[in-house]
Amino acid sequence: MAEYENTGGKSEAPNASRRVFFKQSSALAALAMTPPAAMTAVANGLDEKVAAAFEQMPLHVEINGTMRTLAIEPRVTLLDLLREQLHLTGTKKGCDHGQCGACTVHVDGQRVNSCLTLAMTTEGSQVTTIEGLTPGGPDGPLHPMQEAFIKHDGFQCGYCTPGQIMSAVACIREGHADSPEEVREYMSGNICRCGAYANIVDAIMDVKKGGARV
Amino acid sequence: MTKDTKNPPIDRVDGRLKVTGGANYFADFELPNMAYCVLVGSEVGRGTITSLDTKKAQGAPGVLGVFTHQNMPPIPGWDAPVGGEADGPAPKPKREETYRILSSPKILFDGQPIAIVVADSFERATYAASLVKATYNKQAARTELEKHLSEGVAPKGADGGNYLRGKADAYQSAPVRLEANYTIPIEVHNPMELHGILAHWTASDKLMIYAKTQGVNATQQAMAQAFKLDPKNIHVHTEFMGGGFGMGLRTWPQETAVVAVARKIGRPLKLVVTRSQMFTLVGHRPYTVQTINMGADTNGKLVGLAHAATAETASYEDFTEATVNMTKFMYDCPNVSTRYRIVRLDRSVPIWMRGPGEATGAFALESAMDEMAHKLNLDPIEFRLRNYTETDPEHNRPYSSKNLKEAYQRGADAIGWSNRKNEPGSQREGDWLIGYGMSTGVFSAFRWEASARALLKADSSLTIQSAVTDIGPGTGTALTIIAHNVLGVPLNQIKVEYGDTSLPKAPTQGGSAIVSAVGSAVFDACTAVKKQLTELAIKEGGSLAGRQADELIIADGVLSVEKEPRKKVALSELMRANNLTVIDKSADSKGGSEQSKYSMYSFSVHFVQVRVNPLTGVVRVSKAVSVADSGRIVSPKTAASQMIGGVAGGIGMALTEEASIDHRFGRFVNNNLGDYHVAVHADVPAIETIMIDKPDPIINPMGAKGMGEIALIGFAGAVANAVFNATGQRVRDLPITPDKLLRKLT
Ligand code: FES
Ligand code: FES
Repeated sequence: MAEYENTGGKSEAPNASRRVFFKQSSALAALAMTPPAAMTAVANGLDEKVAAAFEQMPLHVEINGTMRTLAIEPRVTLLDLLREQLHLTGTKKGCDHGQCGACTVHVDGQRVNSCLTLAMTTEGSQVTTIEGLTPGGPDGPLHPMQEAFIKHDGFQCGYCTPGQIMSAVACIREGHADSPEEVREYMSGNICRCGAYANIVDAIMDVKKGGARV
Repeated sequence: MTKDTKNPPIDRVDGRLKVTGGANYFADFELPNMAYCVLVGSEVGRGTITSLDTKKAQGAPGVLGVFTHQNMPPIPGWDAPVGGEADGPAPKPKREETYRILSSPKILFDGQPIAIVVADSFERATYAASLVKATYNKQAARTELEKHLSEGVAPKGADGGNYLRGKADAYQSAPVRLEANYTIPIEVHNPMELHGILAHWTASDKLMIYAKTQGVNATQQAMAQAFKLDPKNIHVHTEFMGGGFGMGLRTWPQETAVVAVARKIGRPLKLVVTRSQMFTLVGHRPYTVQTINMGADTNGKLVGLAHAATAETASYEDFTEATVNMTKFMYDCPNVSTRYRIVRLDRSVPIWMRGPGEATGAFALESAMDEMAHKLNLDPIEFRLRNYTETDPEHNRPYSSKNLKEAYQRGADAIGWSNRKNEPGSQREGDWLIGYGMSTGVFSAFRWEASARALLKADSSLTIQSAVTDIGPGTGTALTIIAHNVLGVPLNQIKVEYGDTSLPKAPTQGGSAIVSAVGSAVFDACTAVKKQLTELAIKEGGSLAGRQADELIIADGVLSVEKEPRKKVALSELMRANNLTVIDKSADSKGGSEQSKYSMYSFSVHFVQVRVNPLTGVVRVSKAVSVADSGRIVSPKTAASQMIGGVAGGIGMALTEEASIDHRFGRFVNNNLGDYHVAVHADVPAIETIMIDKPDPIINPMGAKGMGEIALIGFAGAVANAVFNATGQRVRDLPITPDKLLRKLT
């Protein structure tokens, strides 16, 4: 992966970069559909070159308010991009299969499982991770949901917590936090094996009732 | 003093780090030039690898090496062919059948690692791993416990798996008799954090490890043995662990293998296993079948009790747990026998899972108590009270403390037990049948050896150090409160450093023993600091000269005469006057002779209300009350969270959790979180936790006993009993899924 200077905004028209993506993804698809050709490439040691070419795929994405221009492998998930390449390790991997919610982030304001999201599909999008909830850094003022999780002890080990909090914020924004029952239903994609559920629901209801902007 | 007063419900001290994503778990650490590895698992449950093709994987982009039994770098401490030992940090010689990772073509269980693929990125390692191909000489895998019950062997140990008090068959002649069989399926810890390790050889004989372990000192020892190194040269760090529930109680073979490969490739190496590998490589609660025979007289007094359990273990290692122990001492009964056996199957080895064997056993015993109460037409609490014991009948000695009667009462009041009808199936609300159930839990209260260090600085800030890992219960928070209670330093001026082998030695976090063990060491270290402060104050020329040490109290950073509060000195002033920048005290702490004079246990009582839909067989836990009798509660807020966590785990154990094997292939069919159902938000109601919060006068200076296990132990029984109360149907095989219930209801 290579990272370039922050251009300070969406310098390129989103359509232009999307065209590049389609062009390269159809090349990928072509390769996928011709296994014998690919196999020959492997045998001739060409695969490293082929791979290197595909690793140059550009990605323009705004992460926690900063525009990033990246070059990544198309098979990289948003989760692994955040964790292994951008060092945003607050987002956690619990299953890599969309079954636990530990990796929940916001893409254009919607909660998504970042392990099920190929990073390339976030071209031109805005991504917010747990680190992005506190623009003042980890020592700065906390988001009301973070405050509420501390107040209600909405965790034990803390591993599911970033995902729970990102999901909880979205749950309120979506208008799905009108009762504890509704919260339980709409938070059920976020597993907490430590079983802090009752406290998490209390935290969410507290924020909802407090009326603070989330 | 902690013992006399209740403690404040303070916020978790590491809360800010956890809500901001700033808490670093092992996989969050980044090292320059770090490589990634992926494990390839066997596709057969038993057999021998006949060929292994790694050429394509070797040639794939970014691959740094493919390691199999043919080229695995040596692990010097494993020279002799050896097997493992669940309760030891490193493998010890065992039977003929042994398992040493990547050391032979022999396959002993499905999913056994057959290759480690190393590459410069996670994606490249994952892809290359898919190119490794193996062929096998396949044998039938024996994985079904029920088919091999007759092969049970007695575990090694003092009682050879048998216990007898009075007459073994006394229950047979009792006027009211019960015989019932109970089954617990394989359950998997499945903490949210995936298992793995990050290993970095910083010199040819120096090792830095970021681990997912419940004990950094234990991992250090295991690696020292495996690589024949001085433990001092091995630094292990686990400040945060994303849940353990027991799976981090030992160093697993793949951790050692990754360390060996990291040395070979000369780069820091990270392994994060997949969720499905969590089902085979880091233990599980063993499949266990149990039989209870119970006899009572018509007054509801127990006459005889027999409890037999048979559990699976691996072919290569004996794993045992205390499944039948509760039966020996829980109730006043003159004739008690227990029998415990293990069967060696072609399975990966189990490991203690929260509540461990005691939770398995409590499900059987407490279900049987409910069944017997029904036969006697007695209220289940009344039946337990008729067989209540104030002294331990197994060891014939007093309990250090036991407030179980009060726990029954308070829990019953909170759930509304008076609304329960003794006649099953007699309460309905709309489409739903309503039932109430309760069950008791109990677990040994230990006080292990531990060390801690306290550093009081002249600015009156206090640092507490211990190597102990906090897997989630709030150890750091509890230690902060203990230090605050002894030294009166304001809570926000206390910092706890933990989870690192550079700190004073501590036991592995497990067995509900950490507050008792490490808490006592912190108590002792802080008491030593206090002693020095007091001596400085009362010595000749000191600010409280002429006073006696026992006249003084310490609070809010000030030492004063208790009866004359105006006579006082600030700790910072006292230290400055004596030219001290820091008072630094360490303590090694352990229990004394009291440990053998008393039986020490934590107790719990769980109450639930369930709703059962007779058309669909769906069971919902609609109310839960859990009561803990575990001495003085050190950290009320985090303790309550431990209890509600036990309820969530208990709901999963009772209603949904079961790892299923297709015995034709010896492999799991639901080894992922989509198909192995742990409780989610929608399964868990609001929960009431009640702490008896009375100090145990014997166990340790804080009067505190553990609660991690009792939070779960007994809960599944309470649900099964409530389901019976709601429907009149008894499900004895966990989990209580709609299919089992419907078969009985229709
Ligand atoms: S890691 Fe993405 S849902 Fe589990
Ligand atoms: S806090 Fe541990 S999994 Fe939720």
